[in-house]
Amino acid sequence: MIKAINISKKYGGNTVLSIENLEIPKGQCLGLVGNNGAGKTTFFNLLLDLIRPSSGHIMLNNIQVAESEDWKMFTGSFIDESFLIGYLTPEEYFYFVGELRGQNKADVDAFLTQFHEIFNDEILGAKKYLRDLSKGNQKKAGIIAALIGSPEVIVLDEPFANLDPTTQIRLKQLLKSFVENQEVTLLISSHDLGHVTEVCDRIVVLEKGEIVKDLSSSTETLQELETYFTV
Amino acid sequence: MITRFMNLEWKQFFRSSYWQKSIAINVLMVFLALYFITIFLALGVGLFPLLEKFYPEADPFTQVNNFVFYWLLGDLMMRFFLQKLPVMDVKPLLVLPLKKSKIVRYVLNKSALSFFNVLPLFAIVPFSLFLLAKDYDSLQVAVWAVSMLVFALIINFLNFIIESKSSETEFAFLPILLFVSGLLALNHFNVISFSGIIAASVNAIVASPWMVSIPILVLVAIYWINFKMLIGKLFIDGSLKKATKEVAVSDLAWTRKLGAIAPFLQLDLKLLWRNKRPRSTLLMLVLCLFYGLIFYPNPTYQGIPGFYVFVGVFITGIFMINFGQFIPAWDSGYYSMLMSQNIKYKQYLDSKYKLMMASAVLLFVLSVPYVYFGWEILLVHFAAMVYNIGVNTHVLLYGGSFNRKKIDLDKSAAFNYQGTGAVQWLIGLPLLLLPIILFYIPYKFINFEAGVATLVVLGLFGMVFHQKLMKIIVQRYKNKKHEMIAAFSQSNS
Repeated sequence: MIKAINISKKYGGNTVLSIENLEIPKGQCLGLVGNNGAGKTTFFNLLLDLIRPSSGHIMLNNIQVAESEDWKMFTGSFIDESFLIGYLTPEEYFYFVGELRGQNKADVDAFLTQFHEIFNDEILGAKKYLRDLSKGNQKKAGIIAALIGSPEVIVLDEPFANLDPTTQIRLKQLLKSFVENQEVTLLISSHDLGHVTEVCDRIVVLEKGEIVKDLSSSTETLQELETYFTV
Repeated sequence: MITRFMNLEWKQFFRSSYWQKSIAINVLMVFLALYFITIFLALGVGLFPLLEKFYPEADPFTQVNNFVFYWLLGDLMMRFFLQKLPVMDVKPLLVLPLKKSKIVRYVLNKSALSFFNVLPLFAIVPFSLFLLAKDYDSLQVAVWAVSMLVFALIINFLNFIIESKSSETEFAFLPILLFVSGLLALNHFNVISFSGIIAASVNAIVASPWMVSIPILVLVAIYWINFKMLIGKLFIDGSLKKATKEVAVSDLAWTRKLGAIAPFLQLDLKLLWRNKRPRSTLLMLVLCLFYGLIFYPNPTYQGIPGFYVFVGVFITGIFMINFGQFIPAWDSGYYSMLMSQNIKYKQYLDSKYKLMMASAVLLFVLSVPYVYFGWEILLVHFAAMVYNIGVNTHVLLYGGSFNRKKIDLDKSAAFNYQGTGAVQWLIGLPLLLLPIILFYIPYKFINFEAGVATLVVLGLFGMVFHQKLMKIIVQRYKNKKHEMIAAFSQSNS
């Protein structure tokens, strides 16, 4: 589903990302871990064609992201708060994103009902603009919006950070159900080793822009990762 | 400590990513500054001889004080629109071991060094030297010069109080306009002669120098008020945070009829209405509609159709010039989100085009009453509207692809040059000037109708080739996509 071939990103003479070959088959959940500056967000930005690669290319479902825009039809993503349109209410934002993904209002409403406990009455019907919500609620709205319209590829940068415990658990269940049904290819990054190993069946460790470990998740994975990151 | 603050400011200025590219605008600012300095210098040098010439029976030293009132009002107006309280980004400083009073004092003291306070010196000093050369009492001259400077500082701090009070309202500049014109009117019709009162006070100060302590006390008081006001607001839920109100939601269902561009059009309309800056742009339209009243009743401009074209393009195009030149910077805050969504550039830009087109038609309709001043005016306005729709919209959309500056939607509007780059200045001129030239040449060599026809034909050409032009523009945006995303994700306040 996702193929990164010889992809690299340099700023000046400084290489921030260099991946020779990374293939993520359909239905897999890949967790990207690594310390700050490891190149996680850079990889996501390259995947979404938000920055231009210095070399190589990324294929999404055999579409080269830098060449065609057709991958946008089936890709949902949330990188950070700059993905939110501050002067819309959460509902309006969901409808807007829904519309771009061919979902009408009723579809979006139906989709949103399953998130009732996540929203906790603070997001829907709160009559507030997104810019006035708390960071955690903004993040919830952004993540949920990325899931609208059943995308085949979902990209979430640090989805668990800033979320309250209830939402973390609920989000984990949700992502796990995606993985079990093998319907979505999921790409998440996290600093919380526990969360990623729980959700994802494959963990890739980045360090200084390069892949240093590529593990398939098992009971020992968490242990192995913790040893790796203990300096 | 103050040097460290200065250091921060310096770095903020020179390390902002846009600095290199905005050199043109800095050059412009330097030229403006030099221009004002020259004017004030000329005023300072020429004031004494001029006063002697026009008021031969009066003593120039007392006569000059009759104008202090007007200078103060003018100064206040200029500062209100151009000078902002230099509240540096204090949020990160709040949690550091710094006394709040120190931060506030720094912000206030820095404003005293502003260009607006230095400027009067260029007039005051030469005039004082003149006085000394003419053998006036040197103590009196010194006291006069000092009190002028103190006045300038009083206006400096008074302005911040007025600004902070009026910034909460939508029509921020209306109260001060009313206030100043009220004072001028009272003065003009001799209800209360403020200019006389001020002149008498200054004369009194000059006569008995100890009285200079009165304006100094006023200055101290006003500084103190500023200090109290600022320190009370130095909380992240005070001036650093905006109030939230409950929102009224409208679903703008009628836009559905417009098909594929509907979601973008809805977004644009909400953008215009829900954010401070674009909303004030919108309100400014109402004022600009009356722009023609300056020219049309004036017999000087009667029979100069070049002016009709200028006013016509301006009135029917004021929205598109204000809105269009910041495409796509309006969306800069969430540009990377838009770019990762399933969006066709063409629809995105088409929505902006339709919006500008609708505004031109609407503004033309609203400007129909100008027919009172002659049917030629209506005709020219119509031609200007067609030209705006056909030509200027495309120029603006194309020019937008050069936009690299982020716009903070919540900053206020009037005289806010954020997001303004050199390109915007350059694009503004041909938008207004080109149609005048295009009209004038056939008008001069053939006749009035030929001039109007030229504009209409050019506009129609633009409309006919709209799809082709859009293709070129869309391609341009696609090529510049990554550059724009990178620039918009930098915060450069």
